[in-house]
Amino acid sequence: MTDASNAGGVFEQRAETVLDRDGLDVLVRVLRRRGRTVIGPTVRDGAIVLDELDSADALPYGWGVELEAGRYRLRRREDGAAFAHSAGPQSWKSFLHPERVRQWSADRGPDGAPVVREEAQERISYAFLGVRPCDLRAIQILDRVMSGGRYRDPTYLSRRTGAFLIAAECTEPGATCFCVSMGSGPAADAGYDLALTEVVDDAGHRFLCRSGSEEGAAVLAELPRRSADDPTREAAAQAVSAAAERMGRSMPLVDLRTLMRDNLEAERWDDVTARCLSCGNCTMVCPTCFCTTTEDVTDLTGDHAERWRLWDSCYDLDFSHLQGGPVRATPRSRYRQWLTHKLGTWHDQFDSSGCVGCGRCIVWCPTGIDLTEEAHALHREAAHRERTP
Amino acid sequence: MSTPTTPQPPARPRLGVFKLASCDGCQLTLLDCEDELLCIAAELEIAHFPEASSEPAPGPYDLVLVEGSVSTPEHLERIRRIRADARHLVTIGACATAGGVQALRNYADVEGYLATVYARPEYIETLAASTPISAHVAVDFELRGCPIDRGQLVEVITAFLAGRKPAIPNHSVCFSCKRRGNVCVTVAHGTPCLGPVTHAGCGALCPTYGRGCYGCFGPAGTTNLPALVPLMQRDGMSEEDIGRFLHTFNVTAFTAVEEQGQPGTTDAEGPG
Ligand code: SF4
Ligand code: SF4
Ligand code: SF4
Ligand code: SF4
Repeated sequence: MTDASNAGGVFEQRAETVLDRDGLDVLVRVLRRRGRTVIGPTVRDGAIVLDELDSADALPYGWGVELEAGRYRLRRREDGAAFAHSAGPQSWKSFLHPERVRQWSADRGPDGAPVVREEAQERISYAFLGVRPCDLRAIQILDRVMSGGRYRDPTYLSRRTGAFLIAAECTEPGATCFCVSMGSGPAADAGYDLALTEVVDDAGHRFLCRSGSEEGAAVLAELPRRSADDPTREAAAQAVSAAAERMGRSMPLVDLRTLMRDNLEAERWDDVTARCLSCGNCTMVCPTCFCTTTEDVTDLTGDHAERWRLWDSCYDLDFSHLQGGPVRATPRSRYRQWLTHKLGTWHDQFDSSGCVGCGRCIVWCPTGIDLTEEAHALHREAAHRERTP
Repeated sequence: MSTPTTPQPPARPRLGVFKLASCDGCQLTLLDCEDELLCIAAELEIAHFPEASSEPAPGPYDLVLVEGSVSTPEHLERIRRIRADARHLVTIGACATAGGVQALRNYADVEGYLATVYARPEYIETLAASTPISAHVAVDFELRGCPIDRGQLVEVITAFLAGRKPAIPNHSVCFSCKRRGNVCVTVAHGTPCLGPVTHAGCGALCPTYGRGCYGCFGPAGTTNLPALVPLMQRDGMSEEDIGRFLHTFNVTAFTAVEEQGQPGTTDAEGPG
């Protein structure tokens, strides 16, 4: 795994270099030649989605996005930038923790007893191109969830181990972004093999690039590049720090974990429930939501059975169904479960927040429910309650 | 397809397929199960299925699939007979589970229609309302859709044969839509979509082809229409358009949801 080994800065960062657009072309070619499946952003169906890239030509050069709560629109960009967009409808989770996985199958043996076959893990050697710093953090969170504890998920490991991550530092936050509040961006600090910062100005379209692992350095050495010049360095640093100033959203400056824990009976939960469709879109797009359900299927003869794991969500009434009915029967209890887990109890479970501030849940919620707004409202309500005992 | 290794047991479970007021589309879904049909015929004795055989055998049946709504006095009587002959009764499709598109008349003047449409209305025997089968007899399982999904039908039959609960989720079309990796048509294009309130089952067919869901599977297990209606208005639908959008194949089911509002928004929570 290329994650934790670099996280503590064990690997000494190599000097920065500059790639041009053709440097990216070669990068994709080199990675593919190394047997990598390269995944990156590309335009499909009116959005910037993540998909397999045959070449760097498929990157969304010249496309940006206009984001608001419950609203996503593509827009043309004059500057031809490839990575100046955020909060697409999927995250890297779709590749590392796929929505549907067969876990085992069984056939009736000659003596009638079932013979169970574990699913062979298909090893996929991924390279993710254009991972935003918030998403880099989300991958680290998923690492802890899926492989950090006693139960190490073989499907996740087969896809995650050795994955090559190319971060794209954030120079263009969306109106729904708040990575600064969550401490996950806009600069990439660790956990990548290569990090790019896109710069477009009078001196041209280029990418300041640094490696964060041995393999990153080796790949970089195969690319046409030049050593970093001061203007490019300054422009890159300037673009990233300007991004930090332009966050569209922010969280209240309080301990969110305490806020969640101490306000389980707030009136605000009723208010948000009136707007919530329980549609689960927020959990499906969230780069860290990991919940699944199990489906056992048989064939018509009854001689063959399979167990599948599918994405599920705390918004699904069936998700908490135990004998006698669902534990979280009301939409109110389901929204509350989601938010208090994400911002609160996630800390108890996995030692960090479950939110990285990517804004996807805000954008892709059809009714535009915004967790930052909900957190502010909960905080206001709590403060008001304290003032008026 | 695997051939059974043990000799065929003398009595396979007997299947009966029946229809009331409907278009036949749902029962034809059974014939559409091209890959599974031979296996279904091997595992079940298809005893009564007029669309497939002109030799209907009498009941009792172990599994009965019924499509169509109760629309005439004769249906009322027939569904009771069918129920009496069925060990397990599964209703299939929007007509059988919600009254179908013909239930539009439940909200209109039926006598007026009869007089306008038919030269001799006195020959027409019809009930004032078209109703789901569950309004009249006990139903063991309701399979939604207009028409039903082939994969779901096979799952219901397979689950019956295995004696297990069918894996048919109650959540909304949005779950299937996101699992399929679609770009949401409402968020990205401002296209009205009933997916958030519609029962999953089709695999989010319509959004996959860039159009909004029009609710042919009826309401999902949890719905919040009052939260969805303002979005449809924002995206250009008038109140009348929205009424039409909701009142099609599953008119009675969506009307019930509209009338009851969203169940469980108050704080009467279950355990936990
Ligand atoms: S909760 Fe929302 S903003 Fe936070 S990581 Fe998940 S999708 Fe992104
Ligand atoms: S918060 Fe939004 S996306 Fe999430 S379940 Fe509610 S309506 Fe759906
Ligand atoms: S397109 Fe429709 S079904 Fe799909 S996520 Fe959006 S609202 Fe839900
Ligand atoms: S998306 Fe909606 S209207 Fe289309 S097939 Fe599915 S349930 Fe029916």
